[in-house]
Amino acid sequence: MDKKIVRWIFWVLVLAGALLGIGILSLSIGPAGIPVKKIASLISEGKGTTEYSILFDIRLPRIILGFAIGGALSLVGVILQGMFRNPLVEPYTLGISGGAAIGVCLNILLRLHRAWGVLTLPLFGFLGSVTVIILVYSISVRRGILKMQGLLLTGVMISFISSSLIMLIMSISRTEDLHGIVFWIMGSLEEPDWFLIKLTCGVSIFGLIGSYLFCFDLNALSLGEEEALHLGINVEKTKRLLFIIASLLTGFSVSIAGIIGFVGLVVPHFMRMFVGSDHRVLLIGSFLCGAGFLIFCDTLARTIISPMELPVGVITGILGGSLFVYALTKKKTVLGER
Amino acid sequence: MLKIKNLTCGYDSKFILQDIDFKVEDREIVGIIGPNGSGKTTLLRAITRILKPEKGIIFLKGRDIWQMGFKELAKKVAVVPQSFGGGFMSVEEFVLLGRIPHFEKFQFLETGKDLGVAQRCMAKTDTLKLKDQLMGQISGGERQLALISRALAQEPKLLLLDEPTTHLDITHQVGILDLLKKLNQELGLTIIMVLHDLNLASEYCHRLVLINQGRIHKVGSPEEVMKYRVIEEVYKTVVVVEKNPISSKPYIFIVSEEERKKQLAG
Repeated sequence: MDKKIVRWIFWVLVLAGALLGIGILSLSIGPAGIPVKKIASLISEGKGTTEYSILFDIRLPRIILGFAIGGALSLVGVILQGMFRNPLVEPYTLGISGGAAIGVCLNILLRLHRAWGVLTLPLFGFLGSVTVIILVYSISVRRGILKMQGLLLTGVMISFISSSLIMLIMSISRTEDLHGIVFWIMGSLEEPDWFLIKLTCGVSIFGLIGSYLFCFDLNALSLGEEEALHLGINVEKTKRLLFIIASLLTGFSVSIAGIIGFVGLVVPHFMRMFVGSDHRVLLIGSFLCGAGFLIFCDTLARTIISPMELPVGVITGILGGSLFVYALTKKKTVLGER
Repeated sequence: MLKIKNLTCGYDSKFILQDIDFKVEDREIVGIIGPNGSGKTTLLRAITRILKPEKGIIFLKGRDIWQMGFKELAKKVAVVPQSFGGGFMSVEEFVLLGRIPHFEKFQFLETGKDLGVAQRCMAKTDTLKLKDQLMGQISGGERQLALISRALAQEPKLLLLDEPTTHLDITHQVGILDLLKKLNQELGLTIIMVLHDLNLASEYCHRLVLINQGRIHKVGSPEEVMKYRVIEEVYKTVVVVEKNPISSKPYIFIVSEEERKKQLAG
């Protein structure tokens, strides 16, 4: 059993190391290439140089945001997969990101973020995701039993409905707001506001700690809700709190960076293969790996057709969507049961 | 140990169980029998607090189970369910899940005691050799043993089983029931199980509760319940009851239509 803990620590260290490596690499890569060796000397020289401001005002904020949002989305993926006992659910495929997006769009349309401050954006994102989570959950529960078959279909349909509603909102919004919506919906890790970046980072780490308190509950829930109850888990309370954590993380991520799909699918999928399905290591592993993955995708997005920039959602969408189809056709082996 | 008073419950205000009243003494093995859809599993679900009763109270050692904490109940009552999820876990990981009710708040790792208990439970059910195999890859009989190990790891006073012998061959049926009998005698575990096979129920249970259409039809020793009149009335099937020549417990023989006709003609 000590072997198990050693293995966990090994993986966490490897993932943390990889994350650090990707972060440093991402700092040095860009239209103005700054060699890794030079970074240290730039830091010691301090402010003033152009390169310093490229590093710390342009690239570093994106990396930190990538860390926070990649981690948060992967975490939500793990939480939802644990609760719904389906490895294909994640905020995007269940329509939760879509719900958050509607919330944010409504906010922009009604100009609430101007009247009441920029914090209303994540708040509306949160409200949107909570609504969708509760909706999806109550649609798929019959007689207290969670029906798996319709779950994904319901989620995908809700995604469709929400993107149609977003179009509706866009078509009735004023030109100057339209610009804001389009700009935001493209999904980008560019965020000039340091306060929001720090806040997102804080929420994301809070989500990690919060969900970690439920690692055994999630382990038990992976056997089914009744089984979890037999093992002394207060299932209703656990689900409520986990739904809130998941909505909070999704709401924040979507309101800051737009819809970035499939991160919550790809990352937990591979983590399950490498570190196992025990949530004590899966949660932290997925967080670190997701953070690294999104920073990596964002680096690709801003260098691949440089000096132009791709929305990062395009990269995660192509990678994640292909994996989703692959996993769906190989369902038996991926699910490991049923 | 367990006292059920005047229990009525069901799904969506449709009552599946009505006016259930019975007691289970310490160290007893009680079998719940009855036709399909009579409410046997529903009764187990009421005892494990999955279903809230519309009426009536269930007492465990004199305390209303709905007044107990979730973990507290799980330390006293363990359940071996009919179906199971978790094929991706190793047997050992699965058995260790049974220790969850014993974890302290903010405890993230198993203690030496938890590991020791899990080891002992696996040894008792003869699953120790399987501990590194995946739950999804072992046979049905072995899986049932692993499920029982997990329940034992909860260190319960009362063990509930939902049809522990279905889909098993006679080797495993007898193996599982012998194991339960041993646990009952050695650990003093009280056992309530839903059984489909009347002969197994008669052979292994101290008392039987016969449920029909959501109500208790008869409670008593196998000799009292397994009378051909009682069984024919509830199951609507012609049967003959004889004694098992070895254990002298009642044994049910079924009679096919062809034979019934022959008997009538003759």
